[in-house]
Amino acid sequence: MKDFIIPSKDYGFSDRDMGTPASKSTQMITLTIDSFQVTVPAGTSVMRASAEAGIQVPKLCATDSVEAFGSCRLCVVEIEGRRGTPASCTTPVTEGMIVHTQSARVKKIRKGVMELYISDHPLDCLTCSANGDCELQDMAGAVGLRDVRYEAVDTHFTARQNGEANPLFIPKDDSNPYFTYDPAKCIVCSRCVRACEEVQGTFALTIEGRGFDSRVKAGLKNDTFLTSDCVSCGACVAACPTATLQEKSVISIGTPERSVITTCAYCGVGCSFKAELNGDELVRMVPYKHGKANRGHSCVKGRFAYGYSAHSDRIIKPMIRDVISDPWKEVSWDEAIGFAATKMRGIQAQYGQQAIGGITSSRCTNEETYLVQKMIRSVFGNNNTDTCARVCHSPTGFGLRNAFGTSAGTQDFDSVEQSDVMIVIGANPTDGHPVFASRMKKRLRAGAKLIVIDPRRIDLVKTPHVEASYHLPLMPGTNVAVLTSIAHVIVTESLMDENFIRERCDWDEFSDYATFVSDPRHSPEATAFLTGVNADELRGAARLFAKGGNGAIYYGLGVTEHSQGSTTVMAIANLAMMTGNLGRPGVGVNPLRGQNNVQGACDMGSFPHELPGYRHVSDDATRAVFEKLWGTVIDKEPGLRIPNMLDAAVEGTFRGIYIQGEDILQSDPDTKHVSAGLAAMDCVIVQDLFLNETANYAHVFLPGSTFLEKDGTFTNAERRINRVRRVMAPRNGYADWEVTQLLSNAMGAGWTYTHPSQVMDEIAMTTPSFSNVSYELLEEKGSVQWPCNEKAPAGTPIMHIGGFARGKGKFITTEYIPTEERSGPRFPLLLTTGRILSQYNVGAQTRRTENTVWHAEDLLEIHPHDAEVRGVKDGDWIKLASRSGDTTLRATITDRVAPGVIYTTFHHPETQANVITTDYSDWATNCPEYKVTAVQVSKTNGPSEWQKDYAAHAERSRRIMPAAE
Amino acid sequence: MKIYVPLDAAAKALGADEVAAAVLAEAARRGVEVTLVRNGSRGMVWLEPLVEVETATGRMGFGPCDVSDVAGLFGDLADHPKYVGLVEAIPFFARQTRLTFARVGVTDPLSLDDYQAHGGLNGLRKALAMTEAQIVAEVTESGLRGRGGAGFPTGIKWKTVAEATADQKYIVCNADEGDSGTFADRMLMEGDPFTLIEGMIIAGIGVGATRGYVYLRSEYPDAIVVMTEAVRRARAFGLLGSSVLGSGQAFDMEIRTGAGAYVCGEETSLLNSLEGKRGIVRAKPPLPALEGFLGKPTVVNNVISLATIPVIFEKGAAHYKNFGLGRSRGTIPLQIAGNVQFGGLFETAFGLSLAEIVNDISGGTATGRPVKAVQVGGPLGAYFPMGKFATPFCYEEFDRAGGLIGHAGITLFDDATDMLGMARFAMEFCAIESCGKCTPCRIGAVRGVETIDRIARGDTAAIPLLTDLCETMKDGSLCALGGFTPFPVMSALTHFPDDFTRLKEAAE
Repeated sequence: MKDFIIPSKDYGFSDRDMGTPASKSTQMITLTIDSFQVTVPAGTSVMRASAEAGIQVPKLCATDSVEAFGSCRLCVVEIEGRRGTPASCTTPVTEGMIVHTQSARVKKIRKGVMELYISDHPLDCLTCSANGDCELQDMAGAVGLRDVRYEAVDTHFTARQNGEANPLFIPKDDSNPYFTYDPAKCIVCSRCVRACEEVQGTFALTIEGRGFDSRVKAGLKNDTFLTSDCVSCGACVAACPTATLQEKSVISIGTPERSVITTCAYCGVGCSFKAELNGDELVRMVPYKHGKANRGHSCVKGRFAYGYSAHSDRIIKPMIRDVISDPWKEVSWDEAIGFAATKMRGIQAQYGQQAIGGITSSRCTNEETYLVQKMIRSVFGNNNTDTCARVCHSPTGFGLRNAFGTSAGTQDFDSVEQSDVMIVIGANPTDGHPVFASRMKKRLRAGAKLIVIDPRRIDLVKTPHVEASYHLPLMPGTNVAVLTSIAHVIVTESLMDENFIRERCDWDEFSDYATFVSDPRHSPEATAFLTGVNADELRGAARLFAKGGNGAIYYGLGVTEHSQGSTTVMAIANLAMMTGNLGRPGVGVNPLRGQNNVQGACDMGSFPHELPGYRHVSDDATRAVFEKLWGTVIDKEPGLRIPNMLDAAVEGTFRGIYIQGEDILQSDPDTKHVSAGLAAMDCVIVQDLFLNETANYAHVFLPGSTFLEKDGTFTNAERRINRVRRVMAPRNGYADWEVTQLLSNAMGAGWTYTHPSQVMDEIAMTTPSFSNVSYELLEEKGSVQWPCNEKAPAGTPIMHIGGFARGKGKFITTEYIPTEERSGPRFPLLLTTGRILSQYNVGAQTRRTENTVWHAEDLLEIHPHDAEVRGVKDGDWIKLASRSGDTTLRATITDRVAPGVIYTTFHHPETQANVITTDYSDWATNCPEYKVTAVQVSKTNGPSEWQKDYAAHAERSRRIMPAAE
Repeated sequence: MKIYVPLDAAAKALGADEVAAAVLAEAARRGVEVTLVRNGSRGMVWLEPLVEVETATGRMGFGPCDVSDVAGLFGDLADHPKYVGLVEAIPFFARQTRLTFARVGVTDPLSLDDYQAHGGLNGLRKALAMTEAQIVAEVTESGLRGRGGAGFPTGIKWKTVAEATADQKYIVCNADEGDSGTFADRMLMEGDPFTLIEGMIIAGIGVGATRGYVYLRSEYPDAIVVMTEAVRRARAFGLLGSSVLGSGQAFDMEIRTGAGAYVCGEETSLLNSLEGKRGIVRAKPPLPALEGFLGKPTVVNNVISLATIPVIFEKGAAHYKNFGLGRSRGTIPLQIAGNVQFGGLFETAFGLSLAEIVNDISGGTATGRPVKAVQVGGPLGAYFPMGKFATPFCYEEFDRAGGLIGHAGITLFDDATDMLGMARFAMEFCAIESCGKCTPCRIGAVRGVETIDRIARGDTAAIPLLTDLCETMKDGSLCALGGFTPFPVMSALTHFPDDFTRLKEAAE
């Protein structure tokens, strides 16, 4: 069963369940188990020590993802010199202990216990969905149970008994779209309940009743799994030893026979998964316990929402058209590539070399991104390359590079286990980065303190067994003012870490900054009127962070997507430096990156001014490295950013674009401006899984491949390079990197890559921070974090240990310059945006899965006061208008947002929230100001004119004429 | 005129409140000035309500009294139909050695003056002059063992907690006295609450704990009222708070009410329940002494253990240790119940034989029929047949005889008792009270009832299955609930096999 696993070589990543979690002790204990001597860390259970010695003690309630519980009583052993038969899962090892796991006495107990289990379990193994993958079945075999002598009268598994309905029988709950709960199969081991508590931290499950009436229950009395607090992370399903909690896919397909270890293609956490298959049919995605980002955990998206890959909307044949008012024409790959190459070269011939460009995708692999920028720089012959990081984390790159010398987060995710106080600013980890949020919550439950700085009361502010010490609900757009105020408190109350600053930073620069922030105009009392944050609360938060032990800052797009995005990132860096919170585990500045490979896309030279490894195109030496290898000349002038490309398109000087895996029409600000730019171009090439919104303006559609269909690497938010492995053949015929190569070659490149590992070798050859990276190393280590080079051959989990990459850490003055977007009489409310757990980004994938049961449409959150004065009731259709445009959606009334602030998500194209957003952007990087838009809301009857026009246009532009047979 | 009418729940159940009201009414009618004291119970339940009238020669007893007996209390006492003479001369009482229960029934439970007049706080005052180590050593020296049933040496438990390093430690009193036929904890809390408080304070000072909790079962509403008021008065008096009796040492405590689960008398379930969690058993290790309430070092002691601490300090460990037999030192409050002539609480030194307790002290069964069996240690204790009545009442001796003394409940059964039915009851009790965590108890108890029903139907082939099941439950269960249920079942089966084969024989 499932013994065929890719990678096939064993690098010590055993899947074996060790029974209890590993001990982190450094003290070693030697004991004897069944005459085998074994040495393990102190605090290890006898069960785990036995597993280390190669002996599997029978067990049912123990699994190494949760703490030992000691309920099943199968794992009893005898220990010389001790009375009774202790459970091996709850008994820690001691020096010289002599354990017998197979004495006559324990064998008899185990058999007796199994006989009891089976007396309350249906004997339908052959038709059970867990047949062959059932620990109860395995244990019955392991203990040699041959007979069940009980005449069981009371059972939980028969619907009727003696013609009467069995009151103990609970029917199957199949309310969750992805898994079922069948109480008839339940052995009440509590693994699901413990996984929900310990691993996920949602506390949606409990055991109801006591004794024989103990039953697993989701939520309250009348809840189903779907209506309960369950977030469908799948931890309970993974923990269940029987068919009680079972993936619906396994029920319908059967147990998988092989597995491939790969990396999730949703958010920037970069969870490792085992894709489990029969042949090339994907049966399920199971979180991989040796994944260093997720440590065996998952969320509803990565675990279950992969159905889009086989969705009927997926386009698998190339298509072309001369004008966007034509229907699409399905053609061969040759014809499509030839059509595209001819058009692009034609544009260049007529309008110049600079008249075309491209956009790399944060959704694609490092290798694919590298090839796209290579194509633009060496085949198109210009630097007109940009990426969606422009609209999310470009200020992170800019800010952290200036402060520390590296454009990336400073820590690994494991670091959170050693944090004592965390600031979460402008991020909503439980929705946006759920697996990391679970790891945060675990640490918070263990006693770490939390400060949330967010306009909205995100779930982390108060969630079961976690409560923020401080929530600073600032007005959107005032991050810099709040952070500078925090710095003011730290400096004026002398809470800074002077030794750290003197040793690691430039003291004069700090002194200048200290003088700046000490100005009374930055005091919390002075900024309160602007930020809306209570001054005492802010002072309390500042003191807690400065003096609360290891302090870590986690932030998201609520920091970057502002006019002052780069300033805020630098303010965060200043805060970390002045409190000495850098260069060791438990601290640091940690951007929670939105997309699976946004870090990688930035690393790979997607920006118009930077070659791979963040080296400016004007640097002759860097250019020379690539020019030598590529055999072409690289333009030394930076190219156009996305907004500039669109501006140039409207002006008529930019006429062709290759867009790989990004839906700029939906994701970029000021939708009308984007559509005008696209409409003005002669050749828009869209490479994607679906006819996305941008494709409505495209002339060439090149079908993309999913992450399941290709090899490559993704780099997550902790700089971790994870392998993506081909699980099945591309349905469209080519992996995305192959499509880029086809187009490049059609334009005369002559590339001969046959595997992405060759691209990685080229990256390593040209990029110092990647110089030691190779597919061989990734196979061996599982993953590595860059920099990975001569100095750090196995990668760098934590950066800036002992000193900053740039030398001295740099304090940069953070003057608060308010956005020009502000509320007024016409637009009195501030709109801010975010995301929700079940949907991802523009929703292209998740909307094509059953995740829509949780979030079928975007809703507008509005405070009861603001709703009341406008006569808005819960569920009303409302018009949302800004200076840029208007749209309609339905309202939900909640005090999660403060009066004056409204909030929505942007997962559904019908909503087109970006029709509303303005063209204001970060002063340094042009990252759009998605997070602040002055708006007005009013009641309406239905979709706006724009929405109606757009819907009609979308329908027209998606017509497909099948290829002539 | 001073008249005592118990406020003890057993006395109240038998009409003590009505009698007390009648005493006041009669006094008013007659214009006699009466001081009515609601004392604890003397423990002679067959005499309750036992009214006592203070006389020059001592407290005269009248019981069992009802309202019609009240008027006579104001007449010639010796002629009263319920006259039982000097209470302390009643043989059942006179034979006792009252150390823990010395004040119960004697004093006004909620009077701190009365408490101190009868030796209260002397122990604490001595303890306050001692070091932590000396306090713990004194308890160890006394030989006191956990009176909740497990019999673990109290001093060693305290030493473990005292030596643990933590920012906070706790004293938790287990007052979840759920065993049927036991009532010592209740009587103590209702009759002398300050003793328990004093014991907890000494424990707190001895191990470095500044907070205490009494986990009191909801089925004891009177004890909850008395204990809550006693804590309030102790705090007002300065006995509890930031400086115990002005010593500068802090200790405070509160009364927490259980929610009706028998298993929460098991210490780890109790701690879960006290923390607001589901009352299920925790695996040990970690020991509660190291990771107990809220994960902090915690002394979890039974009411009687803690309430015995003051007398140990008042009179010295040696005094206490002088009583008893073998490794069972001091006194034990026997709780005699069931089909019995003289039921109630009998505090005595360890070492009495079961025969003395059953035949002499209890006077045999209430029905007058021969005793068939005695169950010792609550519903999870073994049934002792006549043949084992020589067993001395001590921890080790009972263990060797295949039983346990538990919380010292002793329940008598006469020869009309069907022991198969009693075995079934034990399994049924376990099934109802199981927390549901471990498999042997959760499923085993239900299967146990079903298997005994099979035997009752004449299927004697199921007897080996019952024996196997009992072995699985005994060796495999996580806590004493599942682990001890086989005691009554197997003792019934072993000592009274005829009761398990009756139907088969009748059929043959």
